[in-house]
Amino acid sequence: MISLLYFLVLGFLVTAVIGLWASWFDRKLTARLQYRVGPPLLQPLYDILKLLKKETLIPFGASKITFLAAPMIGLVSVMIVSTILWANNMDPQQTFMGDLIVVVYLLLVPSIAIIMGGFASGNPLASLGASREIKLILSYELPFILAILVAVIHADFSIRLGDILAAQARNGIIAVSWSGGLALLVAVVCTQGKLALVPFDTPEAETEIAHGVLIEYSGTLLAVYRLMKNMMLFALPFFIIIVYLGGVRIQGLHLLYGTLEYVGIVAVITVIRNTNPRLRIDQVLKFFWGPITLLSIVAVLLALGDY
Amino acid sequence: MGILDKAFLKSLWVFHLATGSCNNCDIEILDCLTPRHDIERFGMLLAGSIKHADVLLVTGAVNRQCIPRIKRLYEQMPKPRLVVAIGECALSRGVFMHSYNCPLPLDHVIPVDVYIPGCPPRPEAIMSGLMQLIEKRKAEAGSTKD
Repeated sequence: MISLLYFLVLGFLVTAVIGLWASWFDRKLTARLQYRVGPPLLQPLYDILKLLKKETLIPFGASKITFLAAPMIGLVSVMIVSTILWANNMDPQQTFMGDLIVVVYLLLVPSIAIIMGGFASGNPLASLGASREIKLILSYELPFILAILVAVIHADFSIRLGDILAAQARNGIIAVSWSGGLALLVAVVCTQGKLALVPFDTPEAETEIAHGVLIEYSGTLLAVYRLMKNMMLFALPFFIIIVYLGGVRIQGLHLLYGTLEYVGIVAVITVIRNTNPRLRIDQVLKFFWGPITLLSIVAVLLALGDY
Repeated sequence: MGILDKAFLKSLWVFHLATGSCNNCDIEILDCLTPRHDIERFGMLLAGSIKHADVLLVTGAVNRQCIPRIKRLYEQMPKPRLVVAIGECALSRGVFMHSYNCPLPLDHVIPVDVYIPGCPPRPEAIMSGLMQLIEKRKAEAGSTKD
């Protein structure tokens, strides 16, 4: 009963509200950086509501079941992952062994859902976008896992999020050590890739392949995808806060710090998105497997040497 | 007027279709997105795919090659959908009135909701046209409810 409450209230409702707010913050900050006024506060909500009203078209020749199921799989996996993160954040002792692996696994599923939807729609541009998304996953996943390994080493080789939080409560947050700082940097860059934002938005390149993977989606299904992306904009920074910055304690001044950390990460992501051009997919691969992987390996070695 | 209808009018995503225009109207449409005019404050975005769009912006005289393509694009748009004709050519074929290649004006091919005249119309005129479209839809929704 308690876990169902966690799932529906914290995993879905709170995550969706914060995600929609973050999406507005992202768009507003983008507008201010471009010296514009920007959309009103409820704009992401209006977008989702409008899409719910629109007709849902299924293209001729599409694989129907996969086409319909893909967005739901993505949304449910984000809900589960944010439930696990919230449960850990509320009480670090109540989760199971190896939940870090489950979280890393589930954070990948939205991208897989986008790939499934893209291939199922039977559009050549969507297939092109989906194949680029696969290459994008291959690029960012290696440094991302190495960066998480740093936190695991700091928590005495425990793969429980609760233990990582407890270790940070004992010894101070991981991000202030040399290895933790480098790992945080790598994780933020990988978040940019996971959210498929500029400069790594090659699968959705609007000017070249017209929204790529999502080109055939309309109406309710597109609304689910947008909600999923907005919720990922909460889940990923929250994961980074838990792993490197010691989580958000829901009491007094700590809540303010946690909020500031979250807003700061979203702001950094937005500023990166607005000050960089889009990379080609081979440049993305070179960037992640070259300098970023090197940085994360250095961070792992430093962590092994207790720095 | 339900909340979904209200949301529809507050988040119109536009798809830009140039049916052989001279590019002037297209430049003026892009001007609407620039910092000076900024139509994103009304929730309007430029959509890359016709399946995401709510409004079809058509510029240029409709020629023989384009007629079947315009019809196909219109049919691919998910309902509810709106069409805006921008510029003299889309309204009445302009200087191409007597051309062998432009048999019909746009509103004989697909239903048009708002006409924005000008050669090209200023960005302010385009925005004012879109605002009038929103007001018109609001008035229609209000009258059907009673």
